[in-house]
Amino acid sequence: MTTLATRRAGFDGLLRSEWTKLRTVRSTTWSLAAMAAISVGLMSFIGWVIMRQWSSLSSEDQALMAAEPLQIIIDQPVFISQLIVAVLGVMVVSAEYTTGMIRSTLQAQPRRLQVLFAKVAVFAVLMFAVGELLSFTAFFAGRWVMSDHIPVDLTDPGIARSVFGAGLFLTVLGLFSLAFGAIVRHTAGAITGVLGLILIVSNLTVLLPGSWGAHVHAWMPTNAGQLAFKPTLPPDALLTQWQGLAVFSGWTALLLAVAAYLFKTRDA
Amino acid sequence: MIEAVGLTKRYGDRVAVDQLSFTVKPGQVTGFLGPNGAGKSTTMRMILGLDAPTSGRVTIDGRPFARLDNPMLEVGALLDAKAIHGGRSAYHHLLCLAQTNNLPRRRVDEVLDIVGLTAVARKRSKGFSLGMGQRLGIATALLGDPRILMFDEPVNGLDPEGILWIRNLMKSLAAEGRTVFVSSHLMSEMALTADHLLVIGRGRMIADCTVKEFIERNSVLATRVRTSDAAALAALVRTAGGTAIDEDGALVVTDLPMHHIGDLAFDHGLRLHELAPVQASLEQAFMELTKDSVEYHGTLEPR
Repeated sequence: MTTLATRRAGFDGLLRSEWTKLRTVRSTTWSLAAMAAISVGLMSFIGWVIMRQWSSLSSEDQALMAAEPLQIIIDQPVFISQLIVAVLGVMVVSAEYTTGMIRSTLQAQPRRLQVLFAKVAVFAVLMFAVGELLSFTAFFAGRWVMSDHIPVDLTDPGIARSVFGAGLFLTVLGLFSLAFGAIVRHTAGAITGVLGLILIVSNLTVLLPGSWGAHVHAWMPTNAGQLAFKPTLPPDALLTQWQGLAVFSGWTALLLAVAAYLFKTRDA
Repeated sequence: MIEAVGLTKRYGDRVAVDQLSFTVKPGQVTGFLGPNGAGKSTTMRMILGLDAPTSGRVTIDGRPFARLDNPMLEVGALLDAKAIHGGRSAYHHLLCLAQTNNLPRRRVDEVLDIVGLTAVARKRSKGFSLGMGQRLGIATALLGDPRILMFDEPVNGLDPEGILWIRNLMKSLAAEGRTVFVSSHLMSEMALTADHLLVIGRGRMIADCTVKEFIERNSVLATRVRTSDAAALAALVRTAGGTAIDEDGALVVTDLPMHHIGDLAFDHGLRLHELAPVQASLEQAFMELTKDSVEYHGTLEPR
């Protein structure tokens, strides 16, 4: 019996381990490549097609587009990317339960909260890097495509914050989904839950009547979070951009706390 | 050393593990024997902290598993070969686990070599056969070169060569002074590998003894006698207080020591052709012992 390790197994080892886990399954690479291809490539192409037919558009449409230049080059890419980010986030934990890997993981390091925090930290850094890279790439590609008809620049009011905010939104969404996956522990169920919340429930709350209905709608996790990449706020907005992101982060922190409690106490 | 005190696990109304107290000592192979559903896997999962006991506790050298400084250096376990993400290669599966305990990369290559998976190390494990998956699970257990090894039904899915290999591996690990704890529902397997036995049924401890003691205690000792006049000897045995059953021309005598039978025959001038001890096989002993505690009885009656 040789002495293989010289110090206590700690958080740094877990960080390296989680990074290895993320980069050594093909689904991570493929999902991120697909996300970049669709949200930057396809959306730039669509932007380019619209610009080519600029003269055939009505002047109202032209004015609408010029008023919201980020609609095509940030909002749409984020809308597509969020689906992939949600799936990846869910799988960080749920895939371990679905495959049984979690039992190997927890045998190697039974201090469960550290394991979960390492997953959160590594995935947060990856999503932040990917999210910002994606939003800035989408912005510059889109700006170039639209330059003839809709000039837009990072120095315009609210633009830089929105492009940066898009990356932040995707990061928080990734962690929101990760927490969901850790609570549900079943890939298909958790993905259905997150996407149902983002795409259906959040939008349905707009139907709620009165002031309280408006508040519920505004405070729904992704409804609030989406404000992070809006250069201007609608006149009836209940939250500012940063408040919106804070509300979304608050929901995420709450879900992560529930996930941490369950991760620590449930049998693996 | 693994030490369990009053270890109990309930799932709702069902008691999976009931007040188990035992120690598993280093330097020998300890077999953990019981029919399917007896609570072997649940006990092992509680040792590793995967499941929390309803009551009682289990410690590794006096500490709960989750408190160990370097868990992989203390305990390596093969619980089920499916605790693997099939999309990851064998090498990366082992690497990500090694990193948690700061183990060097070369150790990954070493264990792949030990279990004979070097050639397929870079292939995704979802394409592995049952036996290869089992070997990868064993590689995982050996990764930290741990002082305690646990194997849950390790021979499942292995071919004869693989079975021989894992038997020898377990014996050599124990010979190196390590604690080896291996579960099985096959008595015959345990007879070949284990030195000490823990036998459980329906979550309760039935026996905690050496394999030798287990056989001696649980095999019905009988004597098989062949003689020229079976009827005469049978009568003599019965008079002396024993029982004799005719079986294929031989007498099977119980409740009478072997030397006593020989003396009887000699005193009455009967020729003996055979005088041999009959031991119940381990399988029989085990079935006798656990017949009341088998969770799932087959319903098909033998014809």
